[in-house]
Amino acid sequence: MLDAFLTALQTVMTGTHLLYLAGGVLLGLAIGIFPGLGGIAGLSLLLPFLYGMEPTTALAMLIGLVAVIPTSDTFTSVLMGIPGSSGSQATVLDGFPMAKRGEAARALSAAFASSLFGGLFGAVVLTGFVLIARPVILAFGSAELFMLTLLGLSMVGVLGGNSLVKGLSACGVGLLLGSVGGAPATGEYRMTFGNFYLMDGIPLVVVGLGIFALPEIIDLLRQNSAISEAAELGRGWVNGIRDLIKNRWLALRCAIIGCIVGALPGLGGSVVDWIAYGHAVQTTKDKDGFGNGDVRGVIAPESSNNAKEGGALIPTLLFGIPGSGSMAVFLGGMVLIGIEPGPSMVTSNLDVTYTIVWSLAIANVVGAGACLFLSKWVAKLTTIPYALMAPFMITVICFAAFQATRDLSDLVALLGIGVLGVLMKRFDWPRPAFLIGFVLASGMETYLYQAIQFDGLGFLLKPGVLIIGAITAISIYFAARHATNSGKDDSSTETSTDSGTQAKPLRPTNLGPQKLFAGAIFLTFAYGLYDAFQQSMLGGVFTGGVCGVMLILSGIVLFKLVTNQVEDTVNFDNEVAAGYQGDQSIASLLHYVYWIAGLVVGCYFVGFLISIAVFFVAFLLVKARASMLRTFVLCSSAVVFMATLAHVMVLDLPSGLLQETVHMPWPLN
Amino acid sequence: MNTMRNNKRSAGKLIKALAASAACIASLTVANPVHAVDFDGERVEWIIPFKEGGGSDTWARFFAPLISENLPGKPAIVVKNIPGGGSTKGANQFQRKAKDNGLNIIGTSGSTQFPYLLGDTRVNYDYKNWTPVLASPTGGVFYVSPELGIKSAAELASLRGKELKYASQGATSLDLVPLLAMDILDIDVQAIFGMKGRGAGRLAFERGEVNVDYQTSSAYLKKVVPLVDEGKVVPIMSWGVLDEDGNLQRDPNFPDLPHFAEVYEMIHGKKPEGTAFKVWKAFFAAGFAAQKGIFLPKGTPQDVIDAWGDAVEKTVKADDFKSRSELVLGDYPQAVKGKAVKAFKAALDISDADREWVRNWLTSRYNVQL
Repeated sequence: MLDAFLTALQTVMTGTHLLYLAGGVLLGLAIGIFPGLGGIAGLSLLLPFLYGMEPTTALAMLIGLVAVIPTSDTFTSVLMGIPGSSGSQATVLDGFPMAKRGEAARALSAAFASSLFGGLFGAVVLTGFVLIARPVILAFGSAELFMLTLLGLSMVGVLGGNSLVKGLSACGVGLLLGSVGGAPATGEYRMTFGNFYLMDGIPLVVVGLGIFALPEIIDLLRQNSAISEAAELGRGWVNGIRDLIKNRWLALRCAIIGCIVGALPGLGGSVVDWIAYGHAVQTTKDKDGFGNGDVRGVIAPESSNNAKEGGALIPTLLFGIPGSGSMAVFLGGMVLIGIEPGPSMVTSNLDVTYTIVWSLAIANVVGAGACLFLSKWVAKLTTIPYALMAPFMITVICFAAFQATRDLSDLVALLGIGVLGVLMKRFDWPRPAFLIGFVLASGMETYLYQAIQFDGLGFLLKPGVLIIGAITAISIYFAARHATNSGKDDSSTETSTDSGTQAKPLRPTNLGPQKLFAGAIFLTFAYGLYDAFQQSMLGGVFTGGVCGVMLILSGIVLFKLVTNQVEDTVNFDNEVAAGYQGDQSIASLLHYVYWIAGLVVGCYFVGFLISIAVFFVAFLLVKARASMLRTFVLCSSAVVFMATLAHVMVLDLPSGLLQETVHMPWPLN
Repeated sequence: MNTMRNNKRSAGKLIKALAASAACIASLTVANPVHAVDFDGERVEWIIPFKEGGGSDTWARFFAPLISENLPGKPAIVVKNIPGGGSTKGANQFQRKAKDNGLNIIGTSGSTQFPYLLGDTRVNYDYKNWTPVLASPTGGVFYVSPELGIKSAAELASLRGKELKYASQGATSLDLVPLLAMDILDIDVQAIFGMKGRGAGRLAFERGEVNVDYQTSSAYLKKVVPLVDEGKVVPIMSWGVLDEDGNLQRDPNFPDLPHFAEVYEMIHGKKPEGTAFKVWKAFFAAGFAAQKGIFLPKGTPQDVIDAWGDAVEKTVKADDFKSRSELVLGDYPQAVKGKAVKAFKAALDISDADREWVRNWLTSRYNVQL
């Protein structure tokens, strides 16, 4: 073992290795900053160069590329509220409000310092853990994984906002939406309306973008200011690092969570950041700041998601089962280089394993370090007037959503989820709870079904199940204590997970819009139940069960609203609370939804590039009142950039009816 | 008066706006490339209807630069992943949009061939329109847990009545082959669906959650053989390989293991016969004997097909090909040109009656609605 240790150390520390590693990191950063791309597009760029390279050098580049994907996507999460990948969705919750407060630099430096810490910590743990990992992973079967999804779901208790029934209903909507498509047990299609797109399920990226990014963009456009409310970017950079040092134990615990959950194949990396975030909320005393720009809400998910990549290496190397999307790419790359994962990775090839683990650590240092260094300047983006930024951001979001399955339906789904997000934000239905439900839905159902098939109901008595069950119980206890505490201290300490509202929000007296929305949710569950009865028992039992419970919970919400219980925590309308109502200078809620809808419809007819060009020009002239020259420069730079990106990365841009009927020259085809 | 001027101004602004967007786009437009059999300076788009990083993706990315070297003009070959709909989406798109100039190719796998054979409603492509230039075969090995107490295929019959569990991706996936095989042998196996891949199934086996499993050859060799040596796995049979006449023979990678037809004879005491076996063989051919293939679209001129055929042949006959390809392809002969055409003809030919039979079997046995 010591032998392998030294050989690996020697390899890692050679100049060429470090050079190629840094090359991979830079490439990864440059691509990863663009939401929706990340390692997968990076691999296709890198691959032609991997041939003919010496395996360890090629490996260095590959690791450099993969390692920094969860790092650089933090930029858009914090600065623009656009979750760059599934691993940085929780970062948006507090990172973006910080940016809005003018603390973008602090949020970014805290995030990158946490990433750096998490990545390094992950590598240290891996060095020892890899040797005993095989039996540990084998101990986590379907039953244990099912319990882990329950643990994740228990986080809804702390992320559910003011009203528990509303939080649970929102989670239920997520569970239901996450069950759209083929049933795991039977393959039957549920709630698909015969639509091929829905049969594969709605992609997480699209849901994340729609539920978080679009509502924020629309909200900012209505306020028509820069992202940062503060004129000066004042408190910044050094504070972020200090924040991490102050919260070192939180970061440590979250890194451990990241390592463990990442190492379990099957759960997927998208849950890790939520568990870490929920953990942060649970274990801090003053929770009021969470959701409104508490730096701990940035530190927790960021220190866990880089540690997760290290953890995800374990099933990839030992079993050839990738723990995440980027690990799948890494696995493919490894096979092409000529390294076959398997049990030998901890015996005869242990030195290769250590080379990979430590390269990952160094890549984290280089990547997060570079981002940390840059964040001071990049944070200035938040001072640009929003109307000028918006068309770029909408372009980026549409492009990112389209990369999910490269289907025009991605954009339609984005718009649909976006409208849902806008309404949820308005009526304070907690969006994190929704997303947790969505992320966990398929895993929960699959593992429950498999666990029962494997062991019958006896699976509940397995030791691992009991242990995780106990942790879940503790987690719920903390959540309950939190709820009663905030109840005692009156509404002045209540938290709002979404918008940054005042301590005591204005209660609207006209509940009409809320009734409509809650009624629509109620009907959705009713439809879900109806649909479940159309399926076979195994295909419908999960959605049927969820809908049955949710009909009661959302029914309570609806009842409270219909009976005009104005003082109840259920009642919330951001239009009133934020004082938009009656303010003539603020555009109507749906105004910008129409703009985006126009863009999507345009894509359907004339394709993405033409549609984007028209959108840019129209938006800049009408909304931003930019000069013709400025409009032309901004528009053409965006179009040229998108076209070049698509060409170099071999990506399709959405094409429309025009392209179907008439042959168009590049890049319009 | 004022309104008129305003109208005029906004009309002018609209025209300017349109002109500006037109200018944006015009600044980008370049001349359409001229196509020729010489691919010099061109870019080949190779559609892979699967996700990045998977088996088919790795297979394509392995071949892409090698074939590129041997094509006239050495065009860059780029892999374009279009996953979705159980791989039908990419294939449908290829059927609809691919140009016949040799710059558009598709690589499909058993998961693309099965829905075609089953008459899945999502299928809008027709293999009969396409010309294969390469067929990459693989094999599979079926194995059981030592706890079941059998040592070889000869004792398989003693498993009847025991509780056998198999972790599966779905009845219409490649798992159709092992599931139907067990059914033909009259051995009752409970399939547990929803696995994310064969790797996940193997993990469930290693955990002891299930007690029978199969892996394709390369995964078996690298990840299961070590477990055989530890005594944790009892190999039972391989699916076999098809010879020139379309008969099952022992898999050269596993010469000690009987193939499925041999096992059939051991269990039933007679040569394989009947619709069930015929259907099994068709799906075995489409899922293993010609598992992955490169196809050119409808209407591709013969000279372009020949150029591709030559390039692929040169690639697989290169001296260092065998050593380089072993990890990705296993030790199976790659069929090119006419042999590829023949392999896929055998793999994709199914009579309507047989199709009906297998659809009924899936519905009655696994409640699959196609």
